[in-house]
Amino acid sequence: MEILVASAVGLMTAVGIYLILRLRSFPVIVGLALLSYACNAFIFASGRIVTGLPPILSKTAAGYTDPLPQALVLTAIVISFGMTAVIVMMALGAFLESGDDRIDLAEDDK
Amino acid sequence: MSLALIAALPFLGALLPGLLIRAGRNACAATTGSVTLLALVGLLLHIPAVLRGETIQTRIDWLPALGLNATFFLDGLGLLFAGLILGIGLLIILYARFYLSPRDPMGQFYTYLMLFQGAMVGIVLSDNILLLLVFWELTSLSSFLLIGYWKHLPEGRQGARMALTVTGGGGLAMIAGMLILGNIVGSYDLTVILQHKAEIQASDWYLPALILILLGAFTKSAQFPFHFWLPHAMAAPTPVSAYLHSATMVKAGIFLMARMWPVLAGTPEWFWIVTSAGLFTMVMAAKIAFFKDDLKALLAFSTVSHLGLITMLLGFGTKAAATVAVFHIINHATFKAALFMSAGIVDHETHTRDIKRLGGLRHLMPVTFTIATVAGLSMAGIPPFNGFLSKEMMLEEAAHTAPWVIPALAVIGALFSVAYSFRLIAHTFLGPVRDDYPHKPHDPGFGMWAAPALLAVLVVLIGLMPMTFAGWLVDAAAGAVTGEGVNAHIKHWHGLQSPALWMSLAAIGGGLMLLGLHAAMDRIWLAIPRPEAKRIFDAIIEPLARLAGALTRALHTGRMGGYLGAATATIVAVGAYAFFSGSHTPGSRPLTVIEPVAAIGWLALMAATIAVATLHRQRLLTLVLVGVIGLVVSVGFAYLSAPDLALTQISVEVATVILLLLALNFLPKYTPSESPTGRKLRDAVLAGAGGLAVGGLIYALMTRDFAFPTIADFHLANSKTGGGGTNVVNVILVDFRGYDTFGEITVLGIAATLIYALTEALLRPGPANTRLLNWVSDTPDAGDRHPLMMVVATRMMLPIALMVGIYIFLRGHNVPGGGFVAGLVVAIALVMQYMASGFGWTAARQKIDYHGLIGAGVLIAAATGIGSWFAGAPFMTSAFGYFKLPGLEEFELATAALFDLGVFLTVLGAVMLALSSLSRIAIRAGQTVNVEAYDVHPEDEVPAPAQEAK
Repeated sequence: MEILVASAVGLMTAVGIYLILRLRSFPVIVGLALLSYACNAFIFASGRIVTGLPPILSKTAAGYTDPLPQALVLTAIVISFGMTAVIVMMALGAFLESGDDRIDLAEDDK
Repeated sequence: MSLALIAALPFLGALLPGLLIRAGRNACAATTGSVTLLALVGLLLHIPAVLRGETIQTRIDWLPALGLNATFFLDGLGLLFAGLILGIGLLIILYARFYLSPRDPMGQFYTYLMLFQGAMVGIVLSDNILLLLVFWELTSLSSFLLIGYWKHLPEGRQGARMALTVTGGGGLAMIAGMLILGNIVGSYDLTVILQHKAEIQASDWYLPALILILLGAFTKSAQFPFHFWLPHAMAAPTPVSAYLHSATMVKAGIFLMARMWPVLAGTPEWFWIVTSAGLFTMVMAAKIAFFKDDLKALLAFSTVSHLGLITMLLGFGTKAAATVAVFHIINHATFKAALFMSAGIVDHETHTRDIKRLGGLRHLMPVTFTIATVAGLSMAGIPPFNGFLSKEMMLEEAAHTAPWVIPALAVIGALFSVAYSFRLIAHTFLGPVRDDYPHKPHDPGFGMWAAPALLAVLVVLIGLMPMTFAGWLVDAAAGAVTGEGVNAHIKHWHGLQSPALWMSLAAIGGGLMLLGLHAAMDRIWLAIPRPEAKRIFDAIIEPLARLAGALTRALHTGRMGGYLGAATATIVAVGAYAFFSGSHTPGSRPLTVIEPVAAIGWLALMAATIAVATLHRQRLLTLVLVGVIGLVVSVGFAYLSAPDLALTQISVEVATVILLLLALNFLPKYTPSESPTGRKLRDAVLAGAGGLAVGGLIYALMTRDFAFPTIADFHLANSKTGGGGTNVVNVILVDFRGYDTFGEITVLGIAATLIYALTEALLRPGPANTRLLNWVSDTPDAGDRHPLMMVVATRMMLPIALMVGIYIFLRGHNVPGGGFVAGLVVAIALVMQYMASGFGWTAARQKIDYHGLIGAGVLIAAATGIGSWFAGAPFMTSAFGYFKLPGLEEFELATAALFDLGVFLTVLGAVMLALSSLSRIAIRAGQTVNVEAYDVHPEDEVPAPAQEAK
């Protein structure tokens, strides 16, 4: 199981990095979204992975997984939505202002 | 009054002038003055205790782990300086009320002045050197604001910049010096440091610390070669010059040397550095002052000279010299502030400060003449004024200090001092009345001359009865400087055998001769080229600024790929270095079994991710693929014992995809292929390395046990008993780490507000607005914008969806759910209505203000946290209890649920505000706002043709 999680995190990171290095705003947004998935999964997995042991207290549970990374990731998911929304809006605004969705400064704007 | 309060009062007072200026200039000045007066009274109440030799302390722990505490102490030296700062501050406030013209923003002036006053009081009362440094930097900043107060004057701006550069740079050096000192002693408390003289002076780090601290002191107190900023700071309004540049700020360096005197002084290094800097500054500045024609410039250089004198006395390192230094600090503050204010009055009344255009004013301005003459004679060191007493004592100390150059130069300094003082009086006030003043002069009103007159009275009183009016203060302050009991004997007549008498006479005689020769010498002075400090300063600063500019331009290429690529490459390289330079073994933690269902999910995720990489040019398809990835991630969370995360992820996923779809509507649908193959290859290598590193790292983590005992056990054990909930993740969010969550919902609220603001900006007249108004969609429209089936289905689902949301919210404390998820679910339920029935129809029926929701959410969360104060508990302590109502099962009420309500409302408001902002853009782009939910009303027998334009 560990190798599956690790490879998935690695691949999402790699594609995320590749996309944020593109020249247009939309791939960068998608790249950041992928990096968010990867980061959240990374933090979550740092609590080590187990199946069938949710951190819900009960008399019958055999044990519990680490709840702290989950709490961290939960807010991170919501915050990354907020962040995505802001950069989407910025990208949209930039495109509407300039008619162009390139993210690099044009030569005469430097 | 608590010392912390005395230091805080000016800062609190800084808030008032800006508000009260609306009530008029008198009200503004009166309030500002009364705050200072209050602080002064609070300080004066401590006098009896300080004179008994007690040290008053106040301690407020701030960051104890870093040794940074708000500790204050008051001894004789602190009393002297705090008294000067607050006392003269009060007079300056009065003077400035009449000095500033109606055009000057007075509220701003007093606010700056109070900030400065607070910072100065903070310096002299701080017991912690880190705190002292904070206040020290604050004086640099606030004096920058004050010097540059007349923003329209280029000299003001340049002078302010120069002062900030020099004193700020010195402050940086001093931070290093102070940290070294704290390190040697092992404490940052001044009272502790002051008891470790032997340890500090024996340390190898003594000299570096000394030099660094002296750099801070010399720059602040304008000692050679850092003296040049002070004359340029004279571009400030005169009240500022009188306050900062004679009585207080420039004495901060002196204060610091006096404060550190017990541990730093007494070594040859101290003697040579401090004495020679002081002596040279004294003579050089006195000479320049003699040739200055601008009244304020003359006074500025004379201030530099007198600061040099005090520095020299502190450099001698003897108890007697330190006592004289303290006495001269008092005297100089009184006569120099009075002189500055008199110069300000002359400037105010005649509209010039040029001595060559003045003269004969004694008949026209008798009051100002009297004040200036008393203060000027004191500056010259003429009996019976107070300046005479300390100058005589200074000469006496110099006479007993080897080598002979020191007393010789001291006499020359005193000689020039006499010369420029007499020149100031003679060339401004004496001589015939002229008829070419720029403005017909006369004495100002009482309000303006009251402050300098009071100081002049002090000059006379201290001069006549030094032991009564200053002796006790000198004893207390000098005792604090030297750490021993001091009993100063200040008297006018030391006998004929006293060398000071003859040195004084020589100085006065020589000074008068010099004054007689002024006209001739002035011609020579003007003919000889002199180094211009400002030009040298600019010549040093300009290449630095150019270098900084070039560096910035080289780094800021405007190519985002460059920044992100460099950052990624650096992080990967650092990680690789760490990896290859250490040893590593495979982890020993047993692996979990791969079940087929997990393998299928993994395959889907990998395939979707690779597809994103290869097909990312087709944007719509990419969104679908991102949706697939998000779905698998959510399922993965559920599979790996994280039900809360699964719920949150899947609801965020829906909101994100809707958001991206709405945005994509107005963005190009395809990404052109424009990067060259080389660049793609480079990016792919970088991305591969980054992915490999992150994947490898998490694999290594997962295959090892925890290196340290985890705190998970604490949370698991206390969740039910301490937080009253069985869903540990939710209890962590709303209770254990409630403060973090509070911060996060605040950020979310800010993000949503930012989106709203961006939308507002786009919809203003401008290129974006024009583009939207002329928008022609590049994609075909669906035939039926609001299909009947979907409208009906979403409406039927709405109550169910809302109920699910409430249910998820209520159960969240004990089983998966909670405010975050509930907020998202309800948001999606509402968004469905927008999608199915249209913006106009939904908005007309659902009149919730999303800004209000966000605000209410954050406020409810904050109020819940604050509520625990009333129960006597720290911020955000939660409480819960179990209750039973007849006919119902036992249920739980927890304050955490109230907090979670805040979370719920903020999340709901933020998501809705973000999405509805996007729909406003769509409306601007010509999408019709429907009133009816359906395009085709089912009751119409004959279907009307589609009304839709698009």
